[in-house]
Amino acid sequence: MLQVISLLVENKPGALMRVTGLLTQRGYNIESLTVARTLDPELSRMTIVVDVDATLRQQVIKQMNRLINVLQATDLTESPAVVRELVLVRIRTAQETRTAVLKEAEIFGGRVVDSSTEGFAIEVTGDPEKLNEFISVMGSYGEIDVTRSGALAIALDAKKLRLQPPVPTKGGNKLEEKVV
Amino acid sequence: MATLMSGAQMLVECLVKEGVDCMFGYPGGVTLPFYDVLYEHQIRHVLVRHEQNAAFAAEGWARSTGRVGVCCATSGPGATNLVTGLVNAMMDSIPVVAITGQVHTKLIGSDAFQEADTFGITRSATKHNYLVKRLEDLTQTVHEAFYVASSGRPGPVLVDVPKDVFQAQGHYQPVTSIHLPGYKVFTEGHTGQIRRAAQMLEEAERPLVYAGGGIIAAEASDLLREFVELTDTPAVVTLMGLGALPSSHPNFISMPGMHGSYAANMAFQNCDLIIALGVRFDDRVTGRLAAFAPHAKVIHVDIDPAEIGKNRVPDVPIVGDVNRVLTRLLKMLREAPSQPGEKIAAARRAWWKQIREWKGQHPLEPIFSDSEIKPQHLMAEIDRISGGEAIVASDVGQHQMWAAQLIRFNHPRLWLNSGGLGSMGFGLPAAMGAQFANPDKLVFAIVGDGGFQMSIPELATISSHGLPVKIVVMNNGYLGMVRQWQTMFYNNRLCGVELDCFPDVEKLAAAYGFKGRIVDQPSQLASALDAAVREPGPYLLNVKVAPTESVYPIVAAGAGIHEMVLGPPLPVLVPAK
Repeated sequence: MLQVISLLVENKPGALMRVTGLLTQRGYNIESLTVARTLDPELSRMTIVVDVDATLRQQVIKQMNRLINVLQATDLTESPAVVRELVLVRIRTAQETRTAVLKEAEIFGGRVVDSSTEGFAIEVTGDPEKLNEFISVMGSYGEIDVTRSGALAIALDAKKLRLQPPVPTKGGNKLEEKVV
Repeated sequence: MATLMSGAQMLVECLVKEGVDCMFGYPGGVTLPFYDVLYEHQIRHVLVRHEQNAAFAAEGWARSTGRVGVCCATSGPGATNLVTGLVNAMMDSIPVVAITGQVHTKLIGSDAFQEADTFGITRSATKHNYLVKRLEDLTQTVHEAFYVASSGRPGPVLVDVPKDVFQAQGHYQPVTSIHLPGYKVFTEGHTGQIRRAAQMLEEAERPLVYAGGGIIAAEASDLLREFVELTDTPAVVTLMGLGALPSSHPNFISMPGMHGSYAANMAFQNCDLIIALGVRFDDRVTGRLAAFAPHAKVIHVDIDPAEIGKNRVPDVPIVGDVNRVLTRLLKMLREAPSQPGEKIAAARRAWWKQIREWKGQHPLEPIFSDSEIKPQHLMAEIDRISGGEAIVASDVGQHQMWAAQLIRFNHPRLWLNSGGLGSMGFGLPAAMGAQFANPDKLVFAIVGDGGFQMSIPELATISSHGLPVKIVVMNNGYLGMVRQWQTMFYNNRLCGVELDCFPDVEKLAAAYGFKGRIVDQPSQLASALDAAVREPGPYLLNVKVAPTESVYPIVAAGAGIHEMVLGPPLPVLVPAK
């Protein structure tokens, strides 16, 4: 079953590798992954869709939370959340079907981002299921190229973020003079 | 006040402030600037003969002291050679900081000479790792590394430093605090859950403590002892936990699991409450999980939330430092001492009686013979000399199991072994690290003839420092544990297990400048060991033992832990004294 994981991670080199490493070391294939900076430029939000054995879902979340660079990992699979994806479709279409293509795009709330004598480039956002339908409809009108963003998710309940406060180091220690 | 320093000087400054006075390493091209600073510094650098052993020695140091062990290697092959040691420390939760050199930042990714993707390679081999690309991040990173390695569930942390970062000059400003917002260290434990645990403890008729390495990491041995005494609960102690409760303590029922004692495994299978303290329900302990401790409720205390419910779902999960949790649990138990009803009191008496019976039926006892040295005889002799007080570093295999079964440990941090990863070659360098940290203690390295040959180069390190490590090779001419499995589970079709060439230890030790001896007569064993211990320097003893002795009890892979094979198919002729 597909699991949707939302992560808040430090925006640091290697953070992505640590998170995906937990999945790849178990041989799980990532269906989609998105990552971008948050309002706080030091943090990134990641959404991962992955097929994880149901009995191991909790374990994977716990192990992600254990990573030093991960501030919070949340399983959104069964909690209230909105999941959206963006798709860009380039369609080559004949003159006589151009109007029909535009009509269909409109039904899906699509937006034409490029138009040429060859056809269109259309952008649609929606939940991933809806996009599958859109893609299959477009495919019936002509040759298409498709790029999907992967799922983005946001939880509808605010989950309390527990952050660790700064800790003192031994860096300020006065050094004892040692007799060598 | 900021002082102008090189990156290498800053690194050494940080190490000194972290209290490092000894490190194990092997230099190379890119770490030259670092070694140039070490040249004039008080930190003792021990030159090992292979980087893997630098990591193992740092672990031996850390395991025997509780302090962070430090190792160092150059880029490329130096760093890749550390990996086994790092994973070993990871599996056993041992605090180690590894410093590796990296090629110049401008050359990273160009397949430069001695370049390897150390940061990528060690991602899953460490608790956390760093690649320091800017001098201004260096000091902060080093202090973070020590904090992460030693706090929470301890583990190895690697800091990869490019040559130009070592060389760059900057103003040194002491780092007095660090901020790792996502690094959650749980310590106290949930009060309500601890109270529930106390309640369950009172109601249990057949309680059992299952204590492991977490007790040692948390320095909670005294608390464990108080706890088992106050509640009069029997305790099984895992391979990683040996010494957490003195082996001679009346509540101690030895190691459970695949090669555990009959009493320990039967106690698991019949108890009605497990108090799991700093353990992870490892497959070598539980056997077939579905058949493990079928009647037991479980209280699981661990500092790592990811361990709770990983293998066995507990009835009372307590995420916290076992030291703090035990302190609070003991306080609760003392403030409201339990008044067990007659029913529970009687059940507890019957439970103890049952455990003593199991102990009596199939005790872990050495086997002796007049014609050949039984490996168990060797362990009994080492136990006699140690008396529960010596440091024993073991390699991996049959000798490790016999040592764990038959040698007593009356304190934590005496028994050093590669429990989780099972890395052959660990014993000798670990003993070396422990001896550096404990110059006045008796340190044994018990190794097999296989693992010994993986770490022979360190005889040079031991010799050049005159370390009085007593190296005891339990030599059966085979990779014994694999041989045992081929015999038992593969129709005795022995393949790739015969170690038909072994060096003459007298000549070998002499070549390195110390003494060695072969022992093959049971009658000479005690005196040979005594002589080895009397020797002020290192000593290498090659003990030729019965070649095809197998470790018992054994639980086959995939079997429940009650399905034990208690002894060889033929009756044992000479029973224990």
